[in-house]
Amino acid sequence: MIVAERKPLEQISSMIESNSKVLIVGCGECVTVCSAGGKKEVDILASALNMIRSKEGKPIEIRQETLERQCDAEYLEQLRGFIGEYEVVISMACGAGVQFMAEKYKNSLVLPALNTKFIGVTEEQGVWSERCHACGDCKLHLTGGVCPIARCSKSLLNGPCGGSTNGKCEISPEVVCGWQLIIERLSDLGQLEKYEEIIPINDWSTNRDGGPRKVVREDLRL
Amino acid sequence: MKSESELEQILTKGEFAVTSECGPPRGADAEVIRKKGELLKGFVDGVNVTDNQTSVVRMSSISSCVILKGLGLNPIMQMVTRDRNRIAIQSDILGAAALGINNILCLTGDHQKFGDHASAKNVFDMDSIQLVQTVKLMRDEGKFLGGEELKGSPKMFIGAAANPFADPFEIRVPRLAKKVAAGVDFIQTQCIYNLPKFEKWMKLVRDRGLHERVHILGGVTPFKSVGMANYMKKSVPGMDVPDELIERMKAAPKEKKAEEGINICIETIQRLREIEGIHGVHVMAIEWEEMVSEIVKRAGLFPRPHIEG
Repeated sequence: MIVAERKPLEQISSMIESNSKVLIVGCGECVTVCSAGGKKEVDILASALNMIRSKEGKPIEIRQETLERQCDAEYLEQLRGFIGEYEVVISMACGAGVQFMAEKYKNSLVLPALNTKFIGVTEEQGVWSERCHACGDCKLHLTGGVCPIARCSKSLLNGPCGGSTNGKCEISPEVVCGWQLIIERLSDLGQLEKYEEIIPINDWSTNRDGGPRKVVREDLRL
Repeated sequence: MKSESELEQILTKGEFAVTSECGPPRGADAEVIRKKGELLKGFVDGVNVTDNQTSVVRMSSISSCVILKGLGLNPIMQMVTRDRNRIAIQSDILGAAALGINNILCLTGDHQKFGDHASAKNVFDMDSIQLVQTVKLMRDEGKFLGGEELKGSPKMFIGAAANPFADPFEIRVPRLAKKVAAGVDFIQTQCIYNLPKFEKWMKLVRDRGLHERVHILGGVTPFKSVGMANYMKKSVPGMDVPDELIERMKAAPKEKKAEEGINICIETIQRLREIEGIHGVHVMAIEWEEMVSEIVKRAGLFPRPHIEG
């Protein structure tokens, strides 16, 4: 899923300091799962903003909505009837959702409430970690199912570097060395000989480096 | 000869080579480099010039190499893949070769988190093994990575680092084998303090015949003090300092700590010379360049062979 984290309350509050009629929109997909921008978090944010503004003697009118998702136009359409009544919209979706809402409602000011962090997994209750950089050319078959691009701090395709100590990355004892994981996996799978194959210099054009990306499936187009 | 490097000639002749290191200054004063160069001149066959080591901004390796070359030294340009993409890397290799630099040490580089610009964007378009392949492609096939032919191949002697002490140990020799397969000509190792572990690594290197395909130079760094020994042990990633060496430094009288550090270093060099497959030593006297001449002399490695160019 896409993992996100809510911005500090003060930052969100300062974005809307001159507004008195605000619509907060949550998203029912990834950011609900990672407890950053679902219905519950919309509730919490609305209460917090109400409290701040009451204290300041500048009360605010907030409407709360949570859509199935914000990355599909059909769900965004559900705001059509009333979005224009609000001076500003706070989207609690990932960066994609915020932008798509802004694209669909050209006259509405749409603000982000979250910092979108990464594509990752729930390691345990309350802990999420990164697994994929969306490089556009998956190499997991070469590296025992552990991604060197996302999990090595230097995205080395022929690691580990000399900074790997006790299975930890040189950047922090809290960060596991991605190449240590790859080697352990290859070893467990009886494929350690794969380690000696040099992975050639990468074609990064499928990555962000190639410019904004798009997938077109002619077989699915209407 | 693959390159126009004096270091290659010395190693090819079977002489025991000596290289050292010189860190460029944090400013534009060329005099700093010249002073360090003068301390090393005549005592070493090559001088590594670091490339923004520990991700701290310094004078560029390429320009510092040119300054040293002007003094008659034989610079080894370190190049890390942290800061440049393949366009800049290939361009700098051509530029360095045009300026008479004929040794390159291919490194990944420390993460920028260590340095004074932790908020920088890193590059890592390639890794150190792919950098070795890149230089070899340009030198031996006269081609760019993009496939086009270049005019005037960079005649570089290609080096890389190896750390026998980093984790996991079981892939340390396979990793060297990858560098050899990529086309590396010489290897400088991480600082050696744990000799039994190093000898174990070298045995595995010999078992695979890698010592016959690449020149391995053992890395040594003298301790200046007990504090430095402890720092190397605890704070430098991938460093293996046995407790007995720390104890030896502690036991030395206060005014003789540095001397004890030099003694340990010289004993290490003597042991390294006995190991089959070790073709030289890389003396990294960090900000202590004035000690290199003494170490080289006391280790019986002076005078250096002179190669007619």
